[in-house]
Amino acid sequence: MKVLVTVKRVVDPQVKVRVKSDGSGVQTANIKMAMNPFCEIAVEQAVRMKEAGVVTEIVAVSIGAPQCQETLRTAMAMGADRGILVETGVEVQPLGIAKVLKAIVDKESPRLVIMGKQGVDDDNNQSGQMLAALLGWPQGTFISAIAINGDSADCVREIDSGLEKVTLRLPAVVTTDLRLNEPRYVTLPNIMKAKKKPLEVVKPEALGVDVAPRLKILKVQEPARRGAGVKVADVKELVAKLKHEAKVI
Amino acid sequence: MAVLVIAEHDGKSLRPGTANAVTAAGRMGGDVTVLTAGLQCVAAAQAAARLAGVKKVLLCEAPQYEGFLAENLAALIVPLAAGYSHVVAPATGFGKNLMPRVAAQLDVQQVSDISAVESPDTFVRPIYAGNVLATVQSGDRIKVVTVRATGFDAAGESAAPAPIETLAPAADAGLSKFNGQEVHKSDRPELTAARVIVSGGRGMGSAENFKILEALADKLGAAVGASRAAVDSGFVPNDYQVGQTGKIVAPELYIAVGISGAIQHLAGMKDSKVIVAINKDAEAPIFAVANYWLVEDLFKAVPELTKEL
Repeated sequence: MKVLVTVKRVVDPQVKVRVKSDGSGVQTANIKMAMNPFCEIAVEQAVRMKEAGVVTEIVAVSIGAPQCQETLRTAMAMGADRGILVETGVEVQPLGIAKVLKAIVDKESPRLVIMGKQGVDDDNNQSGQMLAALLGWPQGTFISAIAINGDSADCVREIDSGLEKVTLRLPAVVTTDLRLNEPRYVTLPNIMKAKKKPLEVVKPEALGVDVAPRLKILKVQEPARRGAGVKVADVKELVAKLKHEAKVI
Repeated sequence: MAVLVIAEHDGKSLRPGTANAVTAAGRMGGDVTVLTAGLQCVAAAQAAARLAGVKKVLLCEAPQYEGFLAENLAALIVPLAAGYSHVVAPATGFGKNLMPRVAAQLDVQQVSDISAVESPDTFVRPIYAGNVLATVQSGDRIKVVTVRATGFDAAGESAAPAPIETLAPAADAGLSKFNGQEVHKSDRPELTAARVIVSGGRGMGSAENFKILEALADKLGAAVGASRAAVDSGFVPNDYQVGQTGKIVAPELYIAVGISGAIQHLAGMKDSKVIVAINKDAEAPIFAVANYWLVEDLFKAVPELTKEL
């Protein structure tokens, strides 16, 4: 079966971001970028399913600036068969992402779409669910396990109180949580091979999708800093401070 | 203007976060209606009716809402939403799973995980693991919003309970099946509602060693949390995880034990009133957000702390 995976290019999670002095946005120029960690898990899952003979073709999709081609090449180095970049200078919001992906799904007809549960930049956690809604497909969010059984997928989901089991009719959209798998490192030979794999670039207009943002960002700012704390010498001092100074115990 | 709050509950009572969502809803303008939908949830509806600021409760019971399947709940909420200016839910796993599906079917851009309401169409939300706050404005006709509980007080009890109206269920979408949950029962308070949290990281070393933290938690009447590293290593189950992609907490007292303080963990706890960190690494980044920190081996410090209390 064909699987579609989505990969987002984000600011590297180890980078401490700074806000532009005019509050108009986050400083991203010359900042180290990376594939969104949850998208890495999505690609890894698709590749494992291909290695297990469950999946026959993996198509990776990214949406954004031309540099997203690097992210797609990484996906292909991990094992995706080809890539599609929907190139746009707009910062596409989740509803727009979902509409673009629906257009791609309508063309490619995958049986399963695997997406990261959230981008670690905007922390929205919406795109997978929205895509499922627009397609009228079931959704399995925050999955820590998935098994394909004929026409359906059995998923384990991480929920606030523990774990949940659901069965989804295929085709379906699932979003990955942290413990679904540990993504592989890309090897140099695979990076070289990935350079030759097909990568198609299309514009949103060609897909008939309007990606104009709905939410207006009025301003961004850094949150108030916490006051400096103090080092305590031992447990006795800690207890005294918590009782008499902080008064929390 | 009118706000519809989708309650999260377990049939018998409301889950933490719902009362905070009701407070946020009250700031969006207009009357607040709460929807309690599930397999059997009369008691939860009655609890919702007693929340201050709630004008009306809608009760909908049907087998297709067992497990709160998003496909079925969205089918119920989307036609209902036409009568409201805002549809709101807590930004818990429940709300995160459900609301974007509702938003997409309404063709609106959801505003996720808000920490403040500036006006009926303007909200503040944390991004980049809480290192940046974005003020966003929605021009959509219906605003779909999820609420970060730590940004709002929980609504209290009202003098007179609101009326409860029964709502007919929507059809089962037939797309998914709920096959049960594996939840951990505990006498300890819920992580997201606890006044005090004791949290362990990679430094704990093993699942067995978490007993040291449990003893401390028992003394303090605290909940027990963990960093991603501790969960990934199998020391504790996934529902203990505090962080950017786990639970967001802001207790009165957060005691971080053997936790280095990665950006992603801080995202989940840096709004705690008092933060204590115990780590044998004098350079641990967590010390930068701690009110009090102790550089000491946790295997000596924690039992001693438990004894001192």
